[in-house]
Amino acid sequence: MDKLIHDFSYGLFFWVAIIFVILIILMRKFAWKPILEALNAREEGITNALEAAENAKKELAQLNADNERILKEARIERDAMLKEARTLKDKIVADAKEEANEQADTIITNAKQAIEIEKQAALAELKSQVAGISIEIAKKVIKSELASEASQLELVEKSLKEVTLN
Amino acid sequence: MLKTPSSFKLLFTFAQILETINIQNRMIVKKNLRVLVALALVLMPFTSQATVEQHHDEAHPTDAQAQHHQEADHSGAHDENSHHETSEGAHDGISTQAEINAYTQHHLADSHDFTFFSDEKTGHHYGFPLPVILVDNGIKFFMSSEFHHGEELVEKDGQHYKLYHGKIYKTDAQGTIHYGENHYPTNEQPLDLSITKNVFSIIFISILLFLLFVNLAKGYKKGPIPTGFARVLEPLVIFVRDEIAKPNIGEKKYRKFMGFLLTVFFFIWITNLLGLTPLGINVTGNIAVTVCLALFTFFIVQFSANKDYWKHIFWMPGVPVPMKIVLAPIEVLGMFTKPFSLLIRLFANITAGHTVVMGLIALIYTGKALLGTGGSIGVSLLLTLFINVIELLVAFLQAYIFTMLSSLFIGMAVEEHDHH
Repeated sequence: MDKLIHDFSYGLFFWVAIIFVILIILMRKFAWKPILEALNAREEGITNALEAAENAKKELAQLNADNERILKEARIERDAMLKEARTLKDKIVADAKEEANEQADTIITNAKQAIEIEKQAALAELKSQVAGISIEIAKKVIKSELASEASQLELVEKSLKEVTLN
Repeated sequence: MLKTPSSFKLLFTFAQILETINIQNRMIVKKNLRVLVALALVLMPFTSQATVEQHHDEAHPTDAQAQHHQEADHSGAHDENSHHETSEGAHDGISTQAEINAYTQHHLADSHDFTFFSDEKTGHHYGFPLPVILVDNGIKFFMSSEFHHGEELVEKDGQHYKLYHGKIYKTDAQGTIHYGENHYPTNEQPLDLSITKNVFSIIFISILLFLLFVNLAKGYKKGPIPTGFARVLEPLVIFVRDEIAKPNIGEKKYRKFMGFLLTVFFFIWITNLLGLTPLGINVTGNIAVTVCLALFTFFIVQFSANKDYWKHIFWMPGVPVPMKIVLAPIEVLGMFTKPFSLLIRLFANITAGHTVVMGLIALIYTGKALLGTGGSIGVSLLLTLFINVIELLVAFLQAYIFTMLSSLFIGMAVEEHDHH
């Protein structure tokens, strides 16, 4: 220890202190600052690039998922459209049938009515004709048969038997 | 004689390995990091005490050695250079334990010239001189070559200066050195602001660091990914940011301290690594350097500390009043022991590493009698290689620990205590 203290060189201490201060100042300005800045910039660049790659990957995955989803949706839509078309077709057919039935019914009803009317008319005409014929017959009978009372009655009866109302 | 220092060196190596394991464990159990660090801090006074004491013990033989030399100088006081001549005359090169210790001490200490190697036989040193700057009634500036490695006096403005054991003393015209009772020279010392070997190395390392990292910074202008050597540095910057600063200081506040933490981390690491090369520099193993670095941490911690930090020191919340009074001095002491542990740890680890490597290289000479020339070289190379590999790890580890603990202390100072 005695020797160490005795050997302590103040001149060396002085120079080391001065040189070291100058060295630190120079190194800071010309070496460490640009080096550390460059390193930081590079590391940031790498981090950013990695992040960007990760983001791109995520985006791609997102895109794929989107495509899948859109495809699925399209498929569902198509199915729905097909289904709708089918129901529409069925409905149209059913509607047409119903309408046709209705129309047929109307036509039939109308026809029936017409027939009824015609029948009534025919019956009325027939009745009137029968009445006319009857009157004619009566006329004739009366003319021919009205000689005797008996023959008149017989004739009436005979005529009535002949003329049956359909 | 080899036994004591080598066992001490082994102890250090062992301690370093233990520390390595400890650190690795810490890294694995990150959640318990704070608990472990707190525990380490509690134990720190003991370990650092032990470290200092070991150094003390280690220093003793060399002190005795120095004393020996000094006495020799005394007896042959008429001849200024007797010290050098006695050590050079008797042997060729460095071969005795005493000379090895002296050489190791010389390596560990700072010096006024940059010597790569020297020929002990002829006394010729290969290297280059460095400027000496003395503040002593004005500034005196001259090259260290004028000292001729301590062999000659330098006279400036009528004042004589002598370089003696790596330090500059004022002397009379004959260069007489007076000794105090603890055998250290009592001659007056001028304020020595010389560009010594360590200062030179620090300037060199600072320029190197600056160029390396400005290059890395410029690389980012061309593209986001650096090329070439910058690619090696970038992960280390990220390591300091993500493993040291962010977890300890917190995501929000770490940015402000990155300048200091990164600089201190790379400075210590590169300095430690260069210390392992044959350039033979020992910067972080110098207590003045580690004191300075630890003081930076200390001041940054104190100046960035928030209200909660001071409250926890002087008036600990959540404990009874008598405890508050007892805790305050302990906490105040803690303010200083934290950076103290930093400076001692770095200094002791690097000094120990260098001492071990020097000792193992010296095995070539000391083991020659026992193992033969080839054997001693082989053993020495093998062991030195082994320790050097560990030292490579320690170089990084110490930089990591210093930065990690600094950021931990800063983190403690800026932490928000919402729960109180």
